[in-house]
Amino acid sequence: MELTRRNAILMGAGAVLIAGVPLKVAAAAGADEIAAFTGGAEIGAGDIKLIAPEIAENGNTVPIEVSSDTAVEILVLALGNPTPPVATFKFGKLSASRAASTRIRLAGTQEVVAIAKLADGSFVQDTSTVKVTIGGCGG
Amino acid sequence: MAKGVKPRVKVPKTAAAGDTITIKTLISHKMESGQRKDDDGNVIPRSIINRFTCDFNGENVIDVVLEPAISTNPYLEFEAVVPEAGEFVFTWYDDDGSVYDTSKKIAIE
Amino acid sequence: MKKLTGVMLASALVATPLIAEPVDDTLILNEDVTLVTRTAAPAHVADVMDEVISGWHFRGTETRAMQADDFDNPGMIFVEQAEDVWNTAEGSEGKSCASCHGASEEMAGVRPVYPKYNEAAGEVRTLEMQINDCRENRMGAEKWKYTGGDMVNMTALIASVSRGMPVNVAIDGPAQSTWEAGKDLYYTRTGQLELACASCHEQNYGNMIRADHLSQGHINGFPTYRLKNTKLNAVHARFKGCVRDTRAETFKPGSPEFVALELYVASRGNGLHVEGPSVRN
Repeated sequence: MELTRRNAILMGAGAVLIAGVPLKVAAAAGADEIAAFTGGAEIGAGDIKLIAPEIAENGNTVPIEVSSDTAVEILVLALGNPTPPVATFKFGKLSASRAASTRIRLAGTQEVVAIAKLADGSFVQDTSTVKVTIGGCGG
Repeated sequence: MAKGVKPRVKVPKTAAAGDTITIKTLISHKMESGQRKDDDGNVIPRSIINRFTCDFNGENVIDVVLEPAISTNPYLEFEAVVPEAGEFVFTWYDDDGSVYDTSKKIAIE
Repeated sequence: MKKLTGVMLASALVATPLIAEPVDDTLILNEDVTLVTRTAAPAHVADVMDEVISGWHFRGTETRAMQADDFDNPGMIFVEQAEDVWNTAEGSEGKSCASCHGASEEMAGVRPVYPKYNEAAGEVRTLEMQINDCRENRMGAEKWKYTGGDMVNMTALIASVSRGMPVNVAIDGPAQSTWEAGKDLYYTRTGQLELACASCHEQNYGNMIRADHLSQGHINGFPTYRLKNTKLNAVHARFKGCVRDTRAETFKPGSPEFVALELYVASRGNGLHVEGPSVRN
C-alpha cells in the first residue's frame, strides 16, 4: 500500500479502534455478573477447565464444555456478547462429574470465561479465546 | 406455549448400580435472544428456555440457568450416577410460563 | 463428554491453517454405518476431477462430529416432525403418506435416484415435485411451497432413510436433454461477479472464499442443517443463494432451470452416499 495522506489517516483511525475498544470492553463486560456470582471474592486459577474451539465455523452454534473436580456451580460468560451471561450450571447430588457441554452463540471473536465456585467456597476461572469466522456463503 | 417445542433425551435403558451414565438432551426451541430486529426495525422480544433441570427419583442431577446466548434448539450433555432403578425427569422452563417435561426409566442390570 | 473433549483437542491441532485441503476423516454414522464421502469421480466428470468429495470433508471438526450422531444432529429434529406428518391423513381423500407407502423406511432407495424422469408426466421430476404430485392428486391436499418448512422436512425424512446408499441418478435416455441443460447452466457465468458454479466448486474447491472453505458443491447431503440459520435448507434455496451471491437475478426454486441444474449437480456426486440431513456451517 502506498503511504498517501488518506491512507495514513485511515491507519491512524484503525489504530485507535484496535487499541481503544477491547480495553473498554475488558474493563466493563461481565463485571456485574461476576460480582453477583462471587460476592466480590478473589478469583484464582485451578480446578476449572473450559474447552472451546479455537476457531468456530459459525458463531451461532459453538460447542463448549466446562469441567471441574470439585465445583458446585459454574458460571459461563461470553465477554464480547451484547449480554455476557451464557449459562450457570449447578451440580446436584446425583451428578457424576462436575462437567457439562452445551452449544452457545458468540457475537464475534472474543474471550469466553468459566468461573467455578468450588466446594471449599473459593472461586477459580479459566478463559478461552474463540475466533468466530463469518463463514458460510449466504443462501 | 411456543410452537413446535419438542423435548428429546438420550439415556441408556440399563446400568449397573452406582454406574456413571452420559445423558444428552435437546429441545426444539428458537431461543429468540431479544437482540434481533424484524424487517420494520422493531426489536423481536426475547423468548427463551431459561432453566433446565434433571432429577432422578426426586434427587437433583443438574440445574442449569440458560441465557439468550444459548443456541437455538438448546443442547445439554452431562453425567449422572445411577444408584438404583428409577426414573429421570427432565424439565424445561419457557419465558412464556410454559413448562415442558419428559421422563426416562432406567433398569439395573 | 470424553468424546467431545477428544474432538476439541483434535480441533485445536488442525484448526490453524487457513487454506486447507479437505480433511482426512471417516464419517461413521451413529458408530455403526460408514458412509462413502469420497470416491472415484463418475465417468462424466472424470475429465475435470479424479475424486468426488462430500462437503462434509470441508467443514470443521465440531461440525463434522455433529453430523455423525443422530442425537447431536439438529436436523434430525425436523425428520422427527416429518415422521408425524408422514403418518397423518390430510386432504379430501383422507390419506396420509403412509396409507400408500407404508412406513417411512419403505422410501429407502428413493432419494438416491432423484431427480428422475417420470414417464407418465414426460418430464424430469425432483423429489419435491413428486411429493406435491402425491399431495394434489392422491391425497387431495394443498401443494406445499417448494422450499417451505413442511416440504424441506419431508425431503429430510425421505433422505434420512437412504443414508448409506450411493447417489445414482440416471443421466441418459429420456433424462439426457435435461441433464445437458443443467450442465450448460453449471458452466454459465452469471451476475456482476461473473461466476459460474464451476468457478468455485470445480476450479477452486479447497480454497478459501473470504472465511469460507469451498467444497465441490455436491448435494448428497441435502437438505442440510446450517449452523448459520439453524434450520434445514433445500437444494434449490442453496442454488438461489449461490446465484444471488454472484449478484445475478436468480431462477426460482422449482423452476425448470433449477430442476435441470439439480439433476446435473446430483450426477456429479454419483457414488457418494446420501447424507441428508447433513450439518454445514
